[in-house]
Amino acid sequence: MFRNTYDSDNTVFSPQGRLHQVEYALEAVKQGSAAVGLRSNTHAILLALKRSTGELASYQQKMFRIDDHVGIAIAGLTSDARVLSNFMRQQAMSERMIFNRPIPVNRLVSSIADKAQVNTQEYGRRPYGVGFLVIGSDRSGAHLYEFSPSGNAYEYYAMSIGARSQSAKTYLEKHFEEFADCSLEELITHGLHALRESLQQDKDLTIHNTSIGVVGPAGEHEHPALRGGFRIIEGEKAQVYLSSMRPKETEGGGTATPAVPDAPPAAPGADEDVQMAE
Amino acid sequence: MNFSSHSTMNPMAWGNLREDAYPEPFGAYSHNQGVKPRADAFTDGVQRTQQPIVTGTSVLAIKYKDGIMMAADNLASYGSLARFKDIQRLHAVGDYTVIGAGGDMSDFQYLQQILDDLMVEEFAAEDGHPLGPAEIYEYLSQIMYGRRSKINPLWNSLLVGGFKDGKRFLGYVDLLGTTYTASTLATGYGAYIAQPLLRKAVEGREDTLTEEEAREIIKESMKVLYYRDARSLNKFQIATITEKGAVISESMSSETIWAFAEGIRGYGAQTS
Repeated sequence: MFRNTYDSDNTVFSPQGRLHQVEYALEAVKQGSAAVGLRSNTHAILLALKRSTGELASYQQKMFRIDDHVGIAIAGLTSDARVLSNFMRQQAMSERMIFNRPIPVNRLVSSIADKAQVNTQEYGRRPYGVGFLVIGSDRSGAHLYEFSPSGNAYEYYAMSIGARSQSAKTYLEKHFEEFADCSLEELITHGLHALRESLQQDKDLTIHNTSIGVVGPAGEHEHPALRGGFRIIEGEKAQVYLSSMRPKETEGGGTATPAVPDAPPAAPGADEDVQMAE
Repeated sequence: MNFSSHSTMNPMAWGNLREDAYPEPFGAYSHNQGVKPRADAFTDGVQRTQQPIVTGTSVLAIKYKDGIMMAADNLASYGSLARFKDIQRLHAVGDYTVIGAGGDMSDFQYLQQILDDLMVEEFAAEDGHPLGPAEIYEYLSQIMYGRRSKINPLWNSLLVGGFKDGKRFLGYVDLLGTTYTASTLATGYGAYIAQPLLRKAVEGREDTLTEEEAREIIKESMKVLYYRDARSLNKFQIATITEKGAVISESMSSETIWAFAEGIRGYGAQTS
């Protein structure tokens, strides 16, 4: 029934000092398709890989607008994401009503992190099974945050979440120092390259399975009158960015970069009550 | 003597002989209720504020080159009695904003407490997103409108002045939740007496008026108000909100001449 002792109740620590239910929730995030976020001095962007359950199904939405200046990409349980994004929208609207200003992005992210933390401590609850990448712009510029079910929220230059996101992270770690001075177009190209790393061998990014979220001033391929709020670029409008990618074959001298394993294997004996073989 | 009947019947209305002819806005600064609420079966139910008790009079504010200048006297009246002569009606909220209040002083003190609590919360967040005058103005107006919608208003008219990120801000909000912004604002009696003087002196010159010029305009208006407003006091403070922050001055007064008053019937010694 249970894979471990001490995992039926998320508010009880294991003897190793871990909360297993919280860790399982983090696994739920890893089951979701990948999302990548990165930031320049002027823009913050999200890129997400949409999945469909089959030929007859449409692709699942991965990106949501929270307010004019904030958007999220999700990985994990979509239903949990809708609960949290609804809450974020309420927070954003109440800041606008009470103070007539866009909510500072850090406060918005902290508010859901606090909500998630309660679920890791109170009896009879479960953690959220979803992780977010949040981008937004406020008085202090463009920001990228990661939110996870453990109740943590950190700000990043670049980050990836979801299935096989370690490969995307490896790309980002290699290139993030170039991001600061990138134009929007260059930044999106970097993001697409990173997202592509998370694909299976035989798959490719298309206008059907790729979502691009942006905050920051209008780019070359956008309407110049566009204000710098959050927008989602999908379908035909994403083609120009997809075309900007370097072809897979030429990368790393001939072949696609070998897929990096999702996570480094845990050192045996590091924690005896975990046997989470895939 | 010809007292109108309701003035003599209500002790709180003493000294307000011509209120019937010159009603004050909302009856906000008067204890003279022309028509008493009907006493019926519901009278013993919940009672809301129906009139202010201890009141402050006008607040004035103008835009000038460097920011905002605001003034209010130090009087809190109890009806026509000059009851408290050392009340501060200008209040700094955070580093960028000053509010000034006319109307009920206990309601104003309640608002000060709410705003101070808010600023403590903001200080604790310390995330580089402090509330500026525009945000505090919106917050205040929501409180005022919320309370009037509960038919339990906070009986004040307030001015919010501030300076943040190189921008001046000046707004008005009152017990009904009515809001407006302008380059000169005045509450209470000052809206009638001082506002025309302020407009004439300031409008079109907001970006060139120096602090000294602005101070002269404000002082002159406060003097005129002291001459004409029977609920005022010749002891007032001036606040400036500029790039350098909010400064509320010590109390000061204007030079006044009362020699002419000797001849006025009802003021000086009368022979017949």
